[in-house]
Amino acid sequence: MQTVKMVVTGPFAAGKTEFIRTISEIDVVSTERKISSDAERIKDATTVAMDFGRITVDEELVLYLFGTPGQKRFDFMWEILSEGMLGFIVIVDSSRPETFREARGILDTFRGYAETPYVIAANKQDSEDAWSPDDLRIALKISKDIKVLPCVANDKDLVKGVLLELLYSILETMDLEGAG
Amino acid sequence: MALKGNLHDFSITQLLNLIHLARKTGTLAIDGKHSAARASFREGKLVFAQTDTLDSRLIGMLVKVGKITVDQSKKIPANKTDRDLANMLVQAGLLTKTELEQMVRNNVKDVVDRLFALNDGLFRFEPNVLPEDRLWAEPPINLDGIIMEGTRRLKESEKLQEEIPNLEVTLRFTDRPDAKLRNVNLSVDEWRVVSYINPKNTVRQIAQANSMSDLQIRKIVYAMLQAGLVEVIQPLGMPAPVAVPGGRAAPPKAFASTEEKRSVVNKLINFFNR
Repeated sequence: MQTVKMVVTGPFAAGKTEFIRTISEIDVVSTERKISSDAERIKDATTVAMDFGRITVDEELVLYLFGTPGQKRFDFMWEILSEGMLGFIVIVDSSRPETFREARGILDTFRGYAETPYVIAANKQDSEDAWSPDDLRIALKISKDIKVLPCVANDKDLVKGVLLELLYSILETMDLEGAG
Repeated sequence: MALKGNLHDFSITQLLNLIHLARKTGTLAIDGKHSAARASFREGKLVFAQTDTLDSRLIGMLVKVGKITVDQSKKIPANKTDRDLANMLVQAGLLTKTELEQMVRNNVKDVVDRLFALNDGLFRFEPNVLPEDRLWAEPPINLDGIIMEGTRRLKESEKLQEEIPNLEVTLRFTDRPDAKLRNVNLSVDEWRVVSYINPKNTVRQIAQANSMSDLQIRKIVYAMLQAGLVEVIQPLGMPAPVAVPGGRAAPPKAFASTEEKRSVVNKLINFFNR
């Protein structure tokens, strides 16, 4: 049995847990706690260690999805979670521009851990206040060779689409490395 | 889809940069703590701006440049739109078309200069909404020059430090076809920096070569980034954290070969495509 891992990261309350919950075949193992800080009281509970989802591809292959804790004070967990990942997804709440700078910081940090392909999921595209993926690309200063994808974390087709695009990016990176 | 937010989180420079790069058409409304402002854009270029701290009506502009007195301005019927009044004045030979265009452009630029002082307040960009009854800057004003100029005045060194925390990065020119250095009004210092931009030179090295302080180089690089002229190349593995003594061993290699990895990725793609 072979297992592979992808990491789902992003700012606090961006929709990481929901994203994994939507696609995982098991109930997401989530270590959530009640929020202690007023500033972070956007939702009642937050992920303090990690979310863990599983997708069984066949008898020989299982994909694990790991969600990072969104709060800054748990960022010591990020590097541990990123070890051996196939790729990573940065989830951004498109309707909360106040989180864009943090999203950019998280992206830079993860890029530093490993030279691994990644995509940006522009979440909450069903919100009236959502910035479009194109606007988000400019706001986050994402180069055009990185995919910024529309996402609604509880929409299984869109979540699948994000995972597929990440997989295509991994193949493209391998092709480039092979050519080089 | 309207763009909404607070200038505290997304600065006026970043907003103008977004409008410029995405070639947006519409009106940006800002509701600041002490003032409100609106600016309109056509395909990413500035055509109109007004603020409640500067009279942007044609009458106000005419008074400002001394074409009419305040007393004369009071005799102009209030129901006349700026466009009607402009046509009347030009046809009567009281104002040339060139004078009118210059006046409008200067006014729009004055307003936008004031926008750079706003660092807090709600903003909302309404796509495809333009003030049809007001006088527009003709030709529309290119934003990259305005962004450069506005950013030059940016005195918030802390913010610059936040935007460009690391000077060990390198720069390269963007390959956008509309990003042409010759169309931008660069200062002597900016040209000196431009001459050193090369993926082999870090920003710190460029600063040292030009005897510039960290703040000076940050200001110049930030302005060029916001104007979309250059982009940052992160050195590989740069932000990697320092290893903890006695810490974990390196993770095992996930795949024995590239072929094995490719096979796994293809298997996953087939699975999700089902």
